[in-house]
Amino acid sequence: MDKYAKRKFILGAIFVFIAIVFIIRLFTIQVIDSSYKQYATKNVLRKVINYPARGLIYDRNGELLVYNKAAYDLLVTPREVSTFDTTQLCSILKIEQADLMAELKKAKKYSRYKPSVIVKQLSTEMYAMLQEKLYKYPGFFVQTRTLREYAHPIASHMLGYVGEVNQSQINKDSYYSQGDYIGVTGIERTYEKELRGHKGVNYFLVDVHNRLKGTYNDEKNDSAAVLGNNLTTTIDSKLQSYCELLMKNKRGAVVAIEPKTGEILCFYSGPDYNANLLVGRERSKNYQLLLNDTLKPLTNRAISAAYSPGSTFKTLNALIALEEGTITENTAVSCFGKASSPIRCTHNHETPITLVGGIRESCNPFFWNTFKTIINKYPTSEEGYKKWREHILSFGLGQTLGTEFYGESKGNIPEASYYDRYFGKRRWNALTVRSLSIGQGEIIVTPLQMANMAAVIANRGYYIDPHIVKAIEDPDQSSRKLSFEKKVSMIHPEHFTKVIEGMQEVVDQTNTRYTAHVEGIDICGKTGTIQNSHGSDHSAFIAFAPKDDPQIAIAAYVENGVWGARYAAPIASLMIEMYLNDSITAPNRKALEKKMIEANLLNPNQPK
Amino acid sequence: MASRNNIWANLDWLTIGFYVLLVFIGWINIYAAVYNEEHSSILDMSQRYGKQLIWIVAGFVLAGTLILIDSKFYVSFAYVIYIVTLVLLAAVLLIGSEVKGARSWFQIGSFAFQPAEVSKLATALALAKYMSSYNFKIEKLQSIAVIGAIILAPIMFIFLQNDTGSALVFAVFAFVLYREGMSGVFLFMGLLIAMVFIITLMLAPLVTIGIMTAAAILVYYFMNQKFMEAIKALGISASIFFIFWLTNKFLKLGFPDTRIVLFSALLASLIFGIYALRHRLKNLLLVIVVYISLVMMTFIVDYVVNDIMQPHQRARIEELLGIKSDPLGVGYNVNQSKIAIGSGGMWGKGFLNGTQTKFNFVPEQSTDFIFCTVGEEWGFAGTTVIILLFLALLLRLVFLAERQRSVFSRVYGYSVACILFFHLSINVGMTIGLAPVIGIPLPFFSYGGSSLWSFTILLFIFLRLDASRMEKLSY
Repeated sequence: MDKYAKRKFILGAIFVFIAIVFIIRLFTIQVIDSSYKQYATKNVLRKVINYPARGLIYDRNGELLVYNKAAYDLLVTPREVSTFDTTQLCSILKIEQADLMAELKKAKKYSRYKPSVIVKQLSTEMYAMLQEKLYKYPGFFVQTRTLREYAHPIASHMLGYVGEVNQSQINKDSYYSQGDYIGVTGIERTYEKELRGHKGVNYFLVDVHNRLKGTYNDEKNDSAAVLGNNLTTTIDSKLQSYCELLMKNKRGAVVAIEPKTGEILCFYSGPDYNANLLVGRERSKNYQLLLNDTLKPLTNRAISAAYSPGSTFKTLNALIALEEGTITENTAVSCFGKASSPIRCTHNHETPITLVGGIRESCNPFFWNTFKTIINKYPTSEEGYKKWREHILSFGLGQTLGTEFYGESKGNIPEASYYDRYFGKRRWNALTVRSLSIGQGEIIVTPLQMANMAAVIANRGYYIDPHIVKAIEDPDQSSRKLSFEKKVSMIHPEHFTKVIEGMQEVVDQTNTRYTAHVEGIDICGKTGTIQNSHGSDHSAFIAFAPKDDPQIAIAAYVENGVWGARYAAPIASLMIEMYLNDSITAPNRKALEKKMIEANLLNPNQPK
Repeated sequence: MASRNNIWANLDWLTIGFYVLLVFIGWINIYAAVYNEEHSSILDMSQRYGKQLIWIVAGFVLAGTLILIDSKFYVSFAYVIYIVTLVLLAAVLLIGSEVKGARSWFQIGSFAFQPAEVSKLATALALAKYMSSYNFKIEKLQSIAVIGAIILAPIMFIFLQNDTGSALVFAVFAFVLYREGMSGVFLFMGLLIAMVFIITLMLAPLVTIGIMTAAAILVYYFMNQKFMEAIKALGISASIFFIFWLTNKFLKLGFPDTRIVLFSALLASLIFGIYALRHRLKNLLLVIVVYISLVMMTFIVDYVVNDIMQPHQRARIEELLGIKSDPLGVGYNVNQSKIAIGSGGMWGKGFLNGTQTKFNFVPEQSTDFIFCTVGEEWGFAGTTVIILLFLALLLRLVFLAERQRSVFSRVYGYSVACILFFHLSINVGMTIGLAPVIGIPLPFFSYGGSSLWSFTILLFIFLRLDASRMEKLSY
């Protein structure tokens, strides 16, 4: 009927063609391409991290040292932000408007969909105020985190502090993500894996406005946060506090160890800092202040200071000579006092003098002679020195003592090769290295090593690796006791008797008795005065008590403390008294305590 | 006159079946798209799905009513309906209310009415009436002018209302005209223009014109099968370009490269044009004319895109062609729509289980983006069924149109099929990123009384005409 009737096929074909194109396209995006499914999941899933509370830290008596407080981070999801009253928000948060804008810009740059932290660690009051007004700020929300809190801010160097992870830590351990906290120093660092617990995650379905619409996949992909493990430390917080009181305004370190177990009772490095300063919003500001402080309060002197042991070291030389049989308790040495050579004696005492007296009087000629006999026992000085060094190392010197001390220094007991390099092979002898006889010269020890030295003497020949944490408690209340290695020195127990007798006489008979003798407690100790070319000499003291059943071994080191008996000995003895008697009662002891507390040795201009 | 019973019996129930099926599936998907646990009943009248049910029932009543009206009415009143519609289109410009930037709605109480919806139907009727008039010849200049006027008048008003989407629908009448005898060249030209449009936007002008030159030479070669002449032409064109280019470069005339290309193209065309005229090469002349128009087109496209189109329209086209990608801005709707459909997989996530849908990631999902809900919850199986259902309806309508004895009914029937086809292509095409985002509804599916009713009326007038196709329609 009309010549164009055939065109119905062309039009029909166009319809069919478009339908086929659509079906092919639909097949491509619906069946072949799976990326849209991922996008859809990404759209609706919101991952909420549950941060577990960090493990608690207790002292040896179960007293809480470190716990957690809630902190509130303000986060923002840039896409959901609409116009809001910036002035009001800034006044609640106490920040500058420009800072808020900068943070918002940063968040937007990071992601428009993912939340970013705008303000960290709001105070509880700020949070309370903000919570009421939060509805006015769409896109902003608060996430609860936990921060460290300290019952009594003591033992800051031992505990260490917590900070935000940096990028290299994130790269190293995939557990961490931006903004997580991690132990930076102290046992917070060494026991990080125990303390941190395990983050939990919840997946929620959200709508386009990021409103929660329910759980995802019947919570099958969710995991609960696992609390961190609690640590029981060996610290006696009463003794620790007392130590911090006595060491106020002094540079130095005090370490006390229970000899039988190696448990560290007190661990102090001075000057210290208040652990609370490194928590919360002021953290970075405070950290900078501490870092730039010329007194270096962040330095952990107890394990990293490079000290000479001074005369405290004489006890070891005596023990080695006895073990090597190069002296006996009756070996007598003549002392010519200030006229002695090669090392003069600074004390007035009887002459000739034997072992007990030598220790009591800290007679330099006696120990020079003793040292010489050890070195010269062997065909060459090098061999003698090597033997001597072997003995010294068996006291735990020249090596790190534990795995749980972050930043522990090994100290230094030079190898024979060091002197070979310095003087030339076979071109040195006992005389060349004579300073070692009296604890001066190249040897370097840390206060922890000195305390351990005292513990070895107290134990008559062995030590347990000194440690701070003795048990780890899982959240399900099962507790793991940690065990530590016992290390035996090369000195046989019988050789200790006379040395200890000498140490007791130091405390009971010399001038040191005025500052170190405690009625009713047999304290054995040895003072040390370390020459210092930059100011007053340093004061050192090692001791243990009671003599027959040692409960505590201690090393005190007070920089610029003039001489051993002046500060280190009284502080150590007061601590021993406090630890064993629980109080200081005698009037003269009270007066000494007061004097110690009030002494300020931080003035750099004090007389030499 | 046929009895009433006869009319019901003569109705094409297959088409009505498709219609009812599509409307019903649409309603179910609107329910899924705006599903709300607090109002979980599909009959809840406070929700869109409840309201849509009212529109549907009313639509059925309307359809029944239309069938009761004598088919002669539409023939007699075709022009009246058309003119009234034009008046309404003009009136809405003055007293209409603005929705989403388009002043195209009459708001009477809670009832809103969009004259543009009716204008498709009115134009179809007017076209049918004019083209079925005695002694109508589509080749006549006068006919072309009248047809042009009938189609362009409503387009003009709708453009003025700033409702580009609805205006574009009228382009589909070209298919109807083609069926009635308009030269296929026009369709071909349309396709060519579309291609030039896309190429111009996607490629640099230099490349575009280069491609066109190569194409022209290639076409000429296929027409004449003279290889050497093609090579010569290529050589001459290239030489002209290089002479211009070198002159410009060394004399530092500072013409932009596009200008150089244009000059070379025009000069080469001139040379070949004179050559063609002197040797009476009709084919060559045709190629040159088409070539020049296409080259000019690229500059027109540039002008249209940069100076006539509104920024959001330009952005949508650039997004579609992948020239710019902004999945959070202009491309957000299409991106989310593709995610919704794409995440449906083979069998879909199940009824009411679509997360994109349920959590409102796709905007306008009960209206323009309703196809997403189908794609997400019913998967490839569902979308294919819907596409095939629509295709079946369209082919059925072509079949029905072809069996009409009157030109009026046939033209109108094709108009219905083509209008539905356009809506389907653009709407579905936009949800899967094959067509630009033009806010037009999916027929029978999208939420909204105005759209459902106008498609119902459009379809049922044709079914009524078809039912009485055996009668002789008088003017």
